[in-house]
Amino acid sequence: MTDYLVPLLLLFTALIGLRKGENTYDILLGGAAEGLSLLKTILPSLILLLTAVSMFRASGGAELLSRLLGPVFSRFGIPPECAMLVLVRPISGSAALAVGSELMARYGTDSQIGRTAAVMLGSTETTFYTLSVYFGASGIRKTRYTLPAALFADLVGLLTASWSVRLFFS
Amino acid sequence: MVMSVVWAVLLGGSIICALVTGRGQMLSAGVMQGAQSGVTLAISIAGSLCLWAGVGRLMEKIGFTAALARLLRPVTGRLFPSTREDPKLAQALSANICANVLGLGNAATPPGIEAAQRMAKGCGGRASDELCRLIVLNTASIQLIPANVAAVRSALGCGRPFDILPAVWLASLCSAGMGLLMAWLLGRISHD
Repeated sequence: MTDYLVPLLLLFTALIGLRKGENTYDILLGGAAEGLSLLKTILPSLILLLTAVSMFRASGGAELLSRLLGPVFSRFGIPPECAMLVLVRPISGSAALAVGSELMARYGTDSQIGRTAAVMLGSTETTFYTLSVYFGASGIRKTRYTLPAALFADLVGLLTASWSVRLFFS
Repeated sequence: MVMSVVWAVLLGGSIICALVTGRGQMLSAGVMQGAQSGVTLAISIAGSLCLWAGVGRLMEKIGFTAALARLLRPVTGRLFPSTREDPKLAQALSANICANVLGLGNAATPPGIEAAQRMAKGCGGRASDELCRLIVLNTASIQLIPANVAAVRSALGCGRPFDILPAVWLASLCSAGMGLLMAWLLGRISHD
């Protein structure tokens, strides 16, 4: 069923656009060009962070970290290999993308680790960044309980990511 | 600043681990390989990223997002009661939530900030319960279509990049729900 979701969405938007008399193709082109400039802004951070992640992996640090945190993570059903992803997810979006894609490349996109990494990336956000942007822009200094509640949401997201992959794919 | 610390910690950790495990040669090879794979990753997700940005803009132009906003109004009205009196806030808020749901993270931030600024007005720098809820909802990221992750998966040769959708839906719903529940609980017991 998920196979048809995206193709049908593409067709659906095209047909509605046509019926409303919009120049759908030009709109798509404009958006795609915007995507290119988005790519330009994330490229430098992807290069830097993949350098750091690749060094950490090559040095055996990633292995060490997952072995160190493995017992705790396994108890909660999280694959120990995803330890580093769990640690960087709330701090940096690009770093999480770098770590996550490295995990998917190493263990395979259809492995349990690769899928868990993907679901973790898809179902959580860069909490600290979001908090600082929103509170900074709205001039809030007393953030009250926002940070603990947001981090709790992250924790639940990371846990259920591991559980739901096992639920749907085993 | 945070990223400078992350950068330094990762590099320092790598060098110490390499010294301990005796993998100096692999470490130095990893530097260049990593930088190169950053470019490879960016280029291999470029197509899906651009396509999705185009579709996102189209969905907005043809009123798809507005329709989704109407659909979600019962929920947003309950979570954010002040949207009933402030139509501009309601508009910004639903634009924010819709962009998040459709996996257009970058399009979500401007209306989200506008909503936050409207909520913060007259609060004297203290976050209201609604503002806390808005931010928790944004950090929990409810996504219908996680376009970026699907792009990475297909770039790595995955035959069905979207087969993780049900798992993503379940995880983000749980995380948003529990985050809001926690916010509500903490709001009841806090006296600041």
